Amino acid sequence: MPIGEWFKKENKRAPADQTLTKRAIPDGVWEKCLGCNEPIFIKELERNLMVCSKCDYHFPLSAYERIYHLADPNSFEELWEDLCSEDPLCFIGKKAYMDSLVEAKNKTGLNDAVICGRAGIGGRKVAIGVMDFRFIGGSMGSVVGEKITRMVELATDEKLPIITVSSSGGARMQEGMISLMQMAKTSTAVARHSKSGLPYISVLSHPTSGGVTASFSTLADIIIAEPKAFIGFAGPRVIEQTIKQKLPKDFQTAEFNLTHGMVDMIVNRLDMKRTIMRLLDYLEPSGVVE
Amino acid sequence: MKRFAYDFERPLVELETKLEELKRLESAGKEDIAVQISYLEKQIQKLRERTYSNLTAWQKVQIARHPDRPRTSDYIEAIFTDFIELHGDRVFRDDVSIIGGFARLENVKVMVVGHRKGRNTKESIARNFGMPHPEGYRKAVRLMRIANKFKLPLITFIDTPGAYPGIGAEERGQAIAIAQSLMEISVLEVPVIVANIGEGGSGGALAIGFGDRIIMLENSYYSVITPEGCVSILWDGEGSVEEATEVLGLTSDKLLEMGIVDCVVREPLGGAHYAPSLAARELKKELVKALEDLSKVSTKDLVEQRYSRLRHIGYYTKARESETLSGKFQNI
Repeated sequence: MPIGEWFKKENKRAPADQTLTKRAIPDGVWEKCLGCNEPIFIKELERNLMVCSKCDYHFPLSAYERIYHLADPNSFEELWEDLCSEDPLCFIGKKAYMDSLVEAKNKTGLNDAVICGRAGIGGRKVAIGVMDFRFIGGSMGSVVGEKITRMVELATDEKLPIITVSSSGGARMQEGMISLMQMAKTSTAVARHSKSGLPYISVLSHPTSGGVTASFSTLADIIIAEPKAFIGFAGPRVIEQTIKQKLPKDFQTAEFNLTHGMVDMIVNRLDMKRTIMRLLDYLEPSGVVE
Repeated sequence: MKRFAYDFERPLVELETKLEELKRLESAGKEDIAVQISYLEKQIQKLRERTYSNLTAWQKVQIARHPDRPRTSDYIEAIFTDFIELHGDRVFRDDVSIIGGFARLENVKVMVVGHRKGRNTKESIARNFGMPHPEGYRKAVRLMRIANKFKLPLITFIDTPGAYPGIGAEERGQAIAIAQSLMEISVLEVPVIVANIGEGGSGGALAIGFGDRIIMLENSYYSVITPEGCVSILWDGEGSVEEATEVLGLTSDKLLEMGIVDCVVREPLGGAHYAPSLAARELKKELVKALEDLSKVSTKDLVEQRYSRLRHIGYYTKARESETLSGKFQNI
């Protein structure tokens, strides 16, 4: 380590919310709950789908863990897993975009921030897309936009319901306008799926904001939120700076969104699969429309 | 009166002020200074060209934000006839950050929707600096539906720093309002022409900012995030805004090159506010041309082509076999 490193200031922008950077499944035997600070036996936590049995705190999950919890055993068939982002703007910020990508790939074992494919849920075939916040904040660039769009198109062609689980900071800045246009692209794909009379259930997990809340993830027939998840358009820091006042305590939580009519329900992770199965049963495609 | 000027315009403004002084002296008949005046005029012309012909991305953003820059309402006045403004989202209120209504473009009946900024401080505050709340986008969607129902082409004007980040906006579903607007545009069975006349700030601009043709004024910008926001997030606030602007690739020429927009309308030297009617005339030409082209396309093709345009936006590659890290989870 160069000597300079010793004197380096602590990263002053260490994420306030440590839940987001923490590895999805921690090493060791005990984990301290980030909700109630109580120690939890990891085996028990895993059995409980990473939900604290004492305070109901929902630990963040990786995309594959989510699919594991939602899809029927051996039913998931991943598609387009080899799509990788390019660097269309040759973006170099404090860090080069290419370096961020490599780092994210190494950290997560994923090629980008979303996993898509076909799966069975309670015996019903669905198209599913699950985002992973660990990959550059789950941001939507070309690859996320393209995979979501392909997944929606596949669902339209094969007359399948769509399930998405979102977790994203919004559009990926490093790809500039190309990222912003992914919002329009995915929304258009969803519009066409919807016009075919097919169902779409969107699960918003902690945190979902920016370009992802302002596009495909809120265009579903049914929107489900995980308890206490942050869901909003603008980040709280931006809002505070703009309006120069403190924000209400439960501002932009799942509960806030439920009160204001922005989501259909808040569902505990332990009940998620069953709830989706029950909903899909009501959302039987009527087979009309054209 | 003191003119508004950015730092890079200062030397020019100083010379111009000097010229005004000389002219005043001359008209007072105090001295014969015609030679000096004509010399200074030439100098000013040269300096103006030098100042404005090679603008950096950040300088263009500054011009896009210039307080004297013509607003949507100015273009509506200059380009269309018989404008009838429509108000309200029928749910909550009339958001005056969005203006919209019927108008005629060379006698073709159209629907116009645009962001609306003010011309002075008082107006700017009243119009929330062109930053709509959800009800603004819901008004836009309402007008789009009318346009669709009565087969009126939709022409939108983009000029916003972004959708408003505030408590009320979040309470009333800013994100959902934008998403629904995106969805609405995607299925419209009429031509959709977008004119970016100033600031194209993120999702708040995109909500009414894509369609069958996207036209940009030379000094307008269109960006995934404001340069300032980008600095604060990707540079931890320690980078320069000039650098961030450059790398975001948000200028009209760059976006034309990338195929995101279709056409760039040149502005008078120094920006549209130097000769607003000239800028409006140039923009009108392109609007008329786009409308003519699109009116030849069948409804079905129109919607298909709009989708396939978007469908082609994205840069990605396939990972090489050895690099494919996933796939090993096939069996879960």
